[in-house]
Amino acid sequence: MRTKKLAELYISFFKIGGLTFGGGLAMLPMLQREVVQKHGWCTEEELLDIYAIGQCTPGIIAVNTATYVGYKQAGFIGGVSGTLGMVSPSLIIICLIASILQNFIHMPVVLHALAGIRIVVCALMLNTVVSMMKKGIIDKLGALVFLIAFILACFTPVPTALVIVLAGAAGIIAKRIERRRNA
Amino acid sequence: MIYLILAYEFFKIGLFSIGGGMATLPFLMDLTNKYDWFTASELTNMVAISESTPGPVGINMATYAGYNAAGVPGAIVATLALTAPALIIIVLIAKFLENFSENKNVKAAFYGIRPAVAALIGYAVWELLKIAIVSVTDGNVQVNVINVSVCAVTFALLQVKKLGKLHPLVWIAAGACVGIALRM
Repeated sequence: MRTKKLAELYISFFKIGGLTFGGGLAMLPMLQREVVQKHGWCTEEELLDIYAIGQCTPGIIAVNTATYVGYKQAGFIGGVSGTLGMVSPSLIIICLIASILQNFIHMPVVLHALAGIRIVVCALMLNTVVSMMKKGIIDKLGALVFLIAFILACFTPVPTALVIVLAGAAGIIAKRIERRRNA
Repeated sequence: MIYLILAYEFFKIGLFSIGGGMATLPFLMDLTNKYDWFTASELTNMVAISESTPGPVGINMATYAGYNAAGVPGAIVATLALTAPALIIIVLIAKFLENFSENKNVKAAFYGIRPAVAALIGYAVWELLKIAIVSVTDGNVQVNVINVSVCAVTFALLQVKKLGKLHPLVWIAAGACVGIALRM
């Protein structure tokens, strides 16, 4: 019974990982179909709650969701099954592509194509940064944190992880001060 | 030995990359300076392939980085190490914390973290952009006008509402065509 549940979790999340492009929100429709409608592992509301949690915990949102649903269904091992199912397609597909690409990377046409792709990807990433700035910088303090983090990344050897921890601490302190002022 | 280093580095990335797959980018950028697993230019290729294949982008990038560093075993180690912190944290939250995302300290921390993540990714993208738009001929570093134009035009097109919603795969395919056509 338990083995069957673990297999179901693995297969469901394997499908979700293998058939959606992009992760995060792009996965939501597929998750709804597999997890909510087909298996009834959680309700629509729970799924959105899991998403909210996934967005404010470390790690990849898709993996967090797989872990959470798996854990609720079959404990820690269930969480592991869901997560392994979610990452398996990536492992297979990426390793295949990487090994194939190695054989073709020296062909001029592949080099030209990759050069073009790199430029477009830079523009895509720039676009992501702009929309993250719009969502993340909502007031003066946000702008200040953005500026300080950017300067730290550009001109100092401060580790990236430390910047994240400091920014989180700054957020907590700022909100404390705000509450005290309003009290 | 390389597997231990990979496991350590990707566990760290999993623990501190908050806010979606692209959040792993600044950390991968750090790795290009620390190890000779892949170059910054290869990192941009990895982003392109991760965006145009199924699966979460963050996982795809970790798998690719691990593969470049140490083949298939490297890919497996990097991917599992990336997911390990989340596995532990989510199980703890599911077990002990109700309404975690409504907690006021969690909300306050995220209020600070979101702009910082945008800045860190912004810096990493700036570094990758610099590499993509300059060309080195006979030791002379020159800004490549064609590359800058293609990047600017793409960015401008992305601001058009309907075009911006197109899947990244479409853009990446277009980039490949432009690259071949212009012999970039």
